[in-house]
Amino acid sequence: MAEIVLETQGLTMRFGGVVAANNVDFTLHARELRCLIGPNGAGKSTFFKCVTGLQTPTEGQVFMRGEETTQWMSHEIASLGVGIKTQNPNVLDSLSVFENIWLAARRFHTPIEANRKSQEIIERLALSSIARADLGQLAHGERQRVELGLVAVGDPWLVLLDEPAAGMSAEDVERMTEIIHELNKSAAIVIVEHDMQFIRSIAENVTVFHQGSVLMEDHVDLVMADQTVRNVYLGKKA
Amino acid sequence: MQGSMSKDVMTTLVVSAALIWALPLMVSTYTLTILIIYGMLGLSLGLIWGFGGIICFGQAAYFGLGAYTYAIAAINFGESTIPMLLAVIVPAIFAALLGLMMFYGRLTDVYLGVITLVVMLILFKFINSTAGPQYVIGNARLGGYNGIPGFQTLNVPGDPSAYIWGDAYFYVCAVMLALVFILVSALLRSSFGRIAVGIRENETRMSLMGYDIRARKTILFSIGAAIAGLAGALFANWSEIVTPSLFSLRQSAEIIIWCIVGGFSNRVGPIFGAAGLAYIKILLGQQSMVDNTLIMGIILVVFVLFLPKGLVPAVAELWNISFGRRKRGASRSGRRVRNRGKANG
Repeated sequence: MAEIVLETQGLTMRFGGVVAANNVDFTLHARELRCLIGPNGAGKSTFFKCVTGLQTPTEGQVFMRGEETTQWMSHEIASLGVGIKTQNPNVLDSLSVFENIWLAARRFHTPIEANRKSQEIIERLALSSIARADLGQLAHGERQRVELGLVAVGDPWLVLLDEPAAGMSAEDVERMTEIIHELNKSAAIVIVEHDMQFIRSIAENVTVFHQGSVLMEDHVDLVMADQTVRNVYLGKKA
Repeated sequence: MQGSMSKDVMTTLVVSAALIWALPLMVSTYTLTILIIYGMLGLSLGLIWGFGGIICFGQAAYFGLGAYTYAIAAINFGESTIPMLLAVIVPAIFAALLGLMMFYGRLTDVYLGVITLVVMLILFKFINSTAGPQYVIGNARLGGYNGIPGFQTLNVPGDPSAYIWGDAYFYVCAVMLALVFILVSALLRSSFGRIAVGIRENETRMSLMGYDIRARKTILFSIGAAIAGLAGALFANWSEIVTPSLFSLRQSAEIIIWCIVGGFSNRVGPIFGAAGLAYIKILLGQQSMVDNTLIMGIILVVFVLFLPKGLVPAVAELWNISFGRRKRGASRSGRRVRNRGKANG
């Protein structure tokens, strides 16, 4: 059995009286690719934020490669070699594509090595023609791609992506799928996503969230065929 | 991003030499000295606010601390070399401690501004209330609202009787500003400087990249305070007296206005803003028809409304438009892009 790279035990997040994530047990193995799906308000993004250190869970524990990271801040988690992409493109708008990727590379490499790695990632992601352009000037799909470059340049062993395909054209989604498959050769990946077509193209296993809890965890085809899941997505009682 | 530091140093040296030669032909060295000191003070705020995104409404606190540290140490040591060093170190340590509290306490934006302002006002109140004979550090009486006069001014290291004053003091201050400018340039070109710019742009992203933004902000804040402290020590030598007004709200407000008018996000703007506005204030002080505070207020309003980025970035943008500098890669969309140097100032 492959090493467990991410595990949560009884993860719970409350906002006042609202329980956004409720006693979530989750396990991810090395080089596994898992999609988290569920309707709006199901608790996927809250779970994502608790795992990435953007929020501290009210109860429960988070482990990465066996080390407890429950109370860690996001920079400490990222320093472990975890690549994180948030829901909205979170980039440095007034800096160029190269500068953005170089800063991400510099965290893990010497300046000279960071130059080389940045150039390599820019070529891999087909960003050469816009390498000197400011991020603020780029289209949404290009910005998403650059953010994936920020994640990839650190050679992560765990990648956490929140809605990477949101607002992208079919061509961009196709390119994004290729990049994610490439990343998956060396890293386990968790993707929070709504786009079912994208999920079918990319994942084998999915975890369904509903009302803050894990409703189902299985192969994507079985999940899609499940009547309870269909009811949840259509707003019927689960 | 990879610029030539040696080219930067050469440009700084040539421009500095030209200004040091030309300016005394037009303005007295006594006036130029204070303009240089204010330029250094402006640069200290420009560094932390413009490049680190740290909103500091109390930069005068470190200016005053530098001046008082120098005066107190000069009285006790009877020479100027160690006091000059202490005037840099003490404000830096003070800012580091304050920074640890603020940045590790996750204070951001306007709360930073309020805390720095309040700390400065506390120092102002405290120094003002030290008129009694019990407020003594070594041989130096703090003097309350009367300040501290009569301390040893700058001398040649190792020879307390060889004072550096007049034109020589102007040259010392000018060289020090050039050195500080070169050091700030080197800092901004280093990985640390680039990361600071990244933090200014998007703290969350830099944190998700794995950078501890709290530590880096604390260090940058401390460096800014060290530069302000050096400016304070030079001011103490120039004025030969230090008073609580160095910590005043007015002094802090002026530093912010200098930076807004000159332009925050570059190295030159705060220096020119400070020197230019301070010179205008000196000229206005020679007449009594118009209140100079009113004129300064009007200048600030005009700049905020019509040149919000400040004078130097506006001139740079005009230059770029006139001479059509474009970034490679951006030309595919035919869009004009901003000055490439902005990330490094």
